[in-house]
Amino acid sequence: MAYDKFEILKSTAVPLPIENVDTDQIIPARFLKATERKGFGDNLFRDWRYNNDDSPKEDFVLNNPKYSGKILVGGKNFGSGSSREHAAWAVYDYGFRCVISSFFADIFKGNCLNIGVLPVQVSEEFATKIFAAIEADPSTEIEVNLPKQKVVLPSGESESFDINGYKKGNMLNGFDDIDYLTSMKEEIKAFEANSPL
Amino acid sequence: MSKTLFDKVWDSHVVKHVEDGPDVLLIDRHMVHEVTSPVAFLGIKNRGIGVMYPNKTFATADHNTPTINQHLPVQDPLSANQLEALERNANEHGISHWGLGHEKNGIVHVVGPEYGITQPGATIVCGDSHTSTHGAFGAIAFGIGTSEVEMVLATQCIMQPKPKKMRINVEGELNFGVTPKDVALYIISKLTTSGATGYFAEYAGQVFRDMSMEGRMTVCNLSIEMGARGGMIAPDEKTFEYIKGREHTPKGEAWDNAMAYWETLYTDEDAKFDKELTFQASDIEPMITYGTNPGMGLGITKNIPFAADSSDGEATYKKSLGYMNFNEGDDMIGKPIDFVFIGSCTNGRIEDFRAFTNIVKGRKKADNVTAWLVPGSHKVEAAIKEEGLLDILTESGFELREPGCSACLAMNDDKVPAGKLAVSTSNRNFEGRQGPGSRTLLASPLVAAAAAVTGKVTDPRELMKS
Repeated sequence: MAYDKFEILKSTAVPLPIENVDTDQIIPARFLKATERKGFGDNLFRDWRYNNDDSPKEDFVLNNPKYSGKILVGGKNFGSGSSREHAAWAVYDYGFRCVISSFFADIFKGNCLNIGVLPVQVSEEFATKIFAAIEADPSTEIEVNLPKQKVVLPSGESESFDINGYKKGNMLNGFDDIDYLTSMKEEIKAFEANSPL
Repeated sequence: MSKTLFDKVWDSHVVKHVEDGPDVLLIDRHMVHEVTSPVAFLGIKNRGIGVMYPNKTFATADHNTPTINQHLPVQDPLSANQLEALERNANEHGISHWGLGHEKNGIVHVVGPEYGITQPGATIVCGDSHTSTHGAFGAIAFGIGTSEVEMVLATQCIMQPKPKKMRINVEGELNFGVTPKDVALYIISKLTTSGATGYFAEYAGQVFRDMSMEGRMTVCNLSIEMGARGGMIAPDEKTFEYIKGREHTPKGEAWDNAMAYWETLYTDEDAKFDKELTFQASDIEPMITYGTNPGMGLGITKNIPFAADSSDGEATYKKSLGYMNFNEGDDMIGKPIDFVFIGSCTNGRIEDFRAFTNIVKGRKKADNVTAWLVPGSHKVEAAIKEEGLLDILTESGFELREPGCSACLAMNDDKVPAGKLAVSTSNRNFEGRQGPGSRTLLASPLVAAAAAVTGKVTDPRELMKS
């Protein structure tokens, strides 16, 4: 199932400068009961975003009208914990297309790439600059340029980021891994026939 | 060329290396449960494709199941719907299904080894991060996302960049009252919750050689909590003894052939790791966590560190302690607790219940404590009864529930209420993990038992002397 193509994203961003944001915060387990992939954005950061009576917590960034956009900027070690892809779905369903952090947990990062959310890892110094720029002016537009593998601030400051050529091609073209794997089924069958277990 | 255990298993499963990209990795065993699989089954349906090797996928219901009255219809309509979807999908595609009430039902990472699905040298995946458990048998086992579950169903392969390799040695003999859970929490406290991200770990050294298979499973289970994709231990006589004769393990000539392969599964003497760490068993005491990630752990006799000594930023650290309602410098010992949970894929095996029972024997559950004792599987439940542990537990005022993931992630009704403090043998102390507003202290079954009978955080060694 192909997803949206990702080339150059220019958007304001939502800052969440907290470290070790785990997938239980991104989407608590009690909201994983669906059998279809829809509606997860409503419960993104549920327990940080809403009080027990479902009223919004005013001090949480998603409830602050100053901040909006298609980019989420998180603290170090973003997405640790569970393998639930629902966390990436919630991020996507809420409207984010890119998450920037100075460090990502492995599985979350892979899940994002598999559903068309671009995880962009920058240095801690550059992450600090991004947070400062957004704090100074919430209307700051950040450019995430996938073809050039660069994040650019309005000041002109920029930093490049890594992504392997295969995944980059998938993101640019909206392809996914299953498209690739199903195209090599015969090769897989032959390999499987000789596997010891 | 010299290879690590990890290299040997990984390299032999690479169907193809994609230029400037990941490896196409063949998966030998795929476990699915009700929570992370429905959208994957929906995905292959929408693509109009089937399951390529249905006999390599095994379904069990565990995450979202009640732990009482499992013979009655599931009350929560959403949970019931997921359980029905798992059964329907399994039946439709010819996949074995151990649903609620099935004699082989239990937590996916407990039943896999129990029935010999887990084998040395295999690649094992499941849409659950604690799939790393199966590494105890010398398998490469790790958690995957739902898109990858769909890939395995459709093609028996996933696309993964090869992780870096780390070896963690723990040398010497464990002190009195120190369990495999303590070893794991100790390592995670040293590495932090992200210290092994990007790596696959091999555990080596005397401590792991001496450890039971159950203990090795506990350690490998927690690999993800230091950020590692997985952790593994070279198979040895103990491993082969454990798996021999189980339902899905090879028999006769096939066993001999498998053994010929399994006996090659060790790290060559001069093989290189990207990172190597060595710890001394004598430095480890019973552990407990005090914060909101598994890396925030310390020896039970220690005091909560000050923000200045934390590897996290001050704001993050203070937010965490604020959530726990703890102060820098606090003693852990003596903190009053409200709940005790023993169970989960981390500590829900027979050895864990033996340890727990050993401490509560001849004592009574503290009045202020609600205790949930949840076996990892029906097999564990049966062993608890057969070994006479249930009689002792009942005498001490404890009740045994039915198998499932339960309060580890609180998807069912086993939720710790807001503000309440639980000592839990599970794997995550994240904010709200055991229910909205719940506070979790991760610890071993011994520490959990000591808390259950005293109503507060207690050094289990104090109760083991008498």
